[in-house]
Amino acid sequence: MKTHVLFNLFATFLLADGLNIEVSVFDFSLQLQISHRFVFLILNFTRNVAPLLINTQLFTRFLSRISQDSAGQFFSSGHTNNWAVLVCTSRFWFNYRHVANTLSVYRSVKRLGIPDSHIVLMLADDMACNHRNPKPATVFSHKNMELNVYGDDVEVDYRGYEVTVENFLRVLTGRLPPSTPRSKRLLSDDRSNILIYLTGHGGNGFLKFQDSEEISNVELADAFEQMWQKRRYNELLFIIDTCQGASMYERFYSPNLMALASSQVGEDSLSHQPDLAIGVHLMDRYTFYLLEFLEDIHPASKANMNDLFKVCPKSQCVSTPGHRTDLFLRDPGSVLITDFFGSVRKVEITTEAIDLTDPIKEVEERYMHSYVDQLPVSEIIHQKPKQKDWHPPDGFILGLWTLILLVFFQTYGVKHLRHIF
Amino acid sequence: MGLLSDPNRRRALINLLTRLNAPICGMPVEWLVKTMQARGLEVYTQRFSRTLPFPDENKERYMVKGTNVYGILRAPRAPRTEALVLSAPCTPGDNNNQAVGLLLGLAQYFRNQIYWAKDIIFLVNDHDLIGMQAWLEGYHHTNTTGMDWSPLQGRGGSIQAALSLELSSDVVTSMDLVLEGLNGQLPNLDLANLFYAFCQKIGVLCTIQGKLQRNDWDSVSGYSHAVQTMMLMVMKQASGRPWGDHGLFLRYHIEAATIKGINSFRQYKTDATTIGRLLEGMYRKLNNLLERLHQSYFFYLMPSLSHFVSIGYYMPAFGLLAVILLLRALDLWVQLATPPPTTEDGIADIEQSSPGVLSVLTPLVISHLTGAALYMLPIRFQEMAVEHFPVSETEAVVLTAIAVYTAGLALPHNTHRLLSGEGTEQGWRVLKLVALLYLAVLLGCTALINFSLGFILALTLVPAAAFVTPHVPKVLSAFVLVILSPACTLLFSVFFFQELQEMPVSFLDGWLLYLSVISQGILDHFLYGSLVYPLIALLVYPCWLLFWNILFWK
Repeated sequence: MKTHVLFNLFATFLLADGLNIEVSVFDFSLQLQISHRFVFLILNFTRNVAPLLINTQLFTRFLSRISQDSAGQFFSSGHTNNWAVLVCTSRFWFNYRHVANTLSVYRSVKRLGIPDSHIVLMLADDMACNHRNPKPATVFSHKNMELNVYGDDVEVDYRGYEVTVENFLRVLTGRLPPSTPRSKRLLSDDRSNILIYLTGHGGNGFLKFQDSEEISNVELADAFEQMWQKRRYNELLFIIDTCQGASMYERFYSPNLMALASSQVGEDSLSHQPDLAIGVHLMDRYTFYLLEFLEDIHPASKANMNDLFKVCPKSQCVSTPGHRTDLFLRDPGSVLITDFFGSVRKVEITTEAIDLTDPIKEVEERYMHSYVDQLPVSEIIHQKPKQKDWHPPDGFILGLWTLILLVFFQTYGVKHLRHIF
Repeated sequence: MGLLSDPNRRRALINLLTRLNAPICGMPVEWLVKTMQARGLEVYTQRFSRTLPFPDENKERYMVKGTNVYGILRAPRAPRTEALVLSAPCTPGDNNNQAVGLLLGLAQYFRNQIYWAKDIIFLVNDHDLIGMQAWLEGYHHTNTTGMDWSPLQGRGGSIQAALSLELSSDVVTSMDLVLEGLNGQLPNLDLANLFYAFCQKIGVLCTIQGKLQRNDWDSVSGYSHAVQTMMLMVMKQASGRPWGDHGLFLRYHIEAATIKGINSFRQYKTDATTIGRLLEGMYRKLNNLLERLHQSYFFYLMPSLSHFVSIGYYMPAFGLLAVILLLRALDLWVQLATPPPTTEDGIADIEQSSPGVLSVLTPLVISHLTGAALYMLPIRFQEMAVEHFPVSETEAVVLTAIAVYTAGLALPHNTHRLLSGEGTEQGWRVLKLVALLYLAVLLGCTALINFSLGFILALTLVPAAAFVTPHVPKVLSAFVLVILSPACTLLFSVFFFQELQEMPVSFLDGWLLYLSVISQGILDHFLYGSLVYPLIALLVYPCWLLFWNILFWK
């Protein structure tokens, strides 16, 4: 018996090593790597031979208890569906690159498995059919027309003037009029992992929509809080590619948010390369290198968020990309790219019959959700006043005083000057 | 990629250019219509006719009749809401014989592209500025100058920008950019910057005022070169005439510039295909625009193509000049307000006849009547002058103007006969106060509209206005006042302008040039609505006459 318990321990140890901890003991499916086939064989042998060699009851009770716990774990773990909200906020021909940015993320997300029904794509202008496009019905992301991100099955949900701050916030919070079609809704639940990608022109604390309005970082943070309270997401990845993008995630305070930005406050995000035939810049640098990175990701890829943070270092991007993970529960190194960009489902094959008559205890949430102060009142109260530079008085004030002095001396004569000097 | 990389097209263009090199009588309207239609444009013509107030001796025309021909290239996918214009004036002779050929070659190339978001109108105008005025008035349904034109059958949308081509040889050494328009209006600086940046990118030499810019800014000679270029621009802007066909577009808020090809004695020549590429690039850039050019300055002076002086820098200089007048006026006001010192017997002279406003009214009215005479008489009485004197009509007009101007100098001696009482010490003070304020307002308004004109007038009139009183030595100050009068300013400006262009003239040639400048100024006013002639005749000259009156006040 001792040897078999040892074998079991050895098996679980090997299984746990390098693989997802959530993989249950019964997972003999394709997720096992080839090097673990040995373990598979051992386990098979153990399972088949063990009842003959050891006390069968003890062992089966041991296994069924593990399966019960794991079933509980299966029903309470992680996310079950993926959504993506991809927004391009700027219009006009010379903002071609923002549409190309959004379409390249759309392309990756679709390729990795998220269907159109789970993607809300908002494009503020139509570049493919713009009068100035020398190659109509195409949007290129690489110069010399290597990659057409428009393709032939793009489904745009919000187009042109429908991309407004109000519509964006309504999509996020779910407060849409009943007549809104399903393709324009974000029908996420508390097991959804949502990817939100924003691009356009931004500044310190705001993002410009359509050249006429702005969304501020406070509004965005409040929208995410509404989503959290309505249990509209499990985990949310927020990527923004604008100038001073890091200012947009400064104010987040809801749990389970991870954010990436292409540039810090005070820095501009730069565009990548112009195409001389089309005559405009095709992509922004950050999204260009993001697209290159995502092209190497396939649905079974194990790349994690730490790799994503390394995309576009300062040498390539000129600006410094930033990220924020303090509100996220899991360690970024354990979060797969495909958790947000793809729609991968975990499959667990079991040959054991699981007894579902007893109510399944949900695995207790071992961690407290981390909230952050929405408005850091204590910091504001105890802040020292900023030392303002002294400027010489305004011309108007000077002129006014000169006039008063002149009138005074005109009326009362010059002899009073003696009293002053 | 780009114009004329196809050798067939290049050959076709060269054929076209050499054909047009042959002299043409008048404008080949039918041929142009046929050629433009063959290139797939929608072609329309417009007839116009105009009788000038008097014959124009520079261009030898009096009763002008002509036809404009224009072809519209419709944007393949865009709605017809916006348009761009490429124009080339067609004049008989060698003056501008290559531009039309280049225009037609470009039309053919543009027709094959699909990225046009605005309609492009290829305009060949007859009798340069007069034809352009007729076309613009017809396009915008306005009739400000009393010309007779047939309405336009075809129209694009609202015109966003326009370029006018002047090309007299098929190879050039540099391209000159002309910006000054009617009444000293300038296009947006962005248009000039666009042209210059693109020229540098293609590698074509680019000049302004015909001068190449130098790299040594710090040296004295480099600085004086820049000052000369800027002074040329000031002179051209002050004249108020459009220095290219583009000058008439500016009034309709259409940013326009003229591009001239210059063929000088340099080794490195640029051929027509490069000029075509340059224009193609300019038009593609203008095509990508989404709004009218408005982000950069509208009021500037350019010492070179890569430097400019904005209004914020040059207006204070004018402001300081205007302040002299205001200070003088303030001084006079104080003098008028303080009571005079008591007489010897201690009785204050209460019988001061306060002159009031009425006494200054007479000189004012008479000066303005003289100004009105200067404005109206030369044109009205040209026939009578031709009958009695052996001069042509143009000479009659100009000499009548000079005669009326000089006759105004004799006024003060006669005005006093009309005055009820004698002029008093207070009288001239009040008149001078009024005249100073009038001049200040006049110069201020002129500088706002046409800064160069306002500044040049201020430079000459402000010292005159400031020092003149009845008590200065008469002969000397009369001489100085005449030297500083608008007519002599114009004479000196003519000589100065010729000096700046490095073509100095002898006195006789200069005088003839001066006469032609006056006639051109009068013609510009009647043909295109230039404001320089009425401004000088009706406002500045009477103001100057007031100071002349003060000088001879008794």
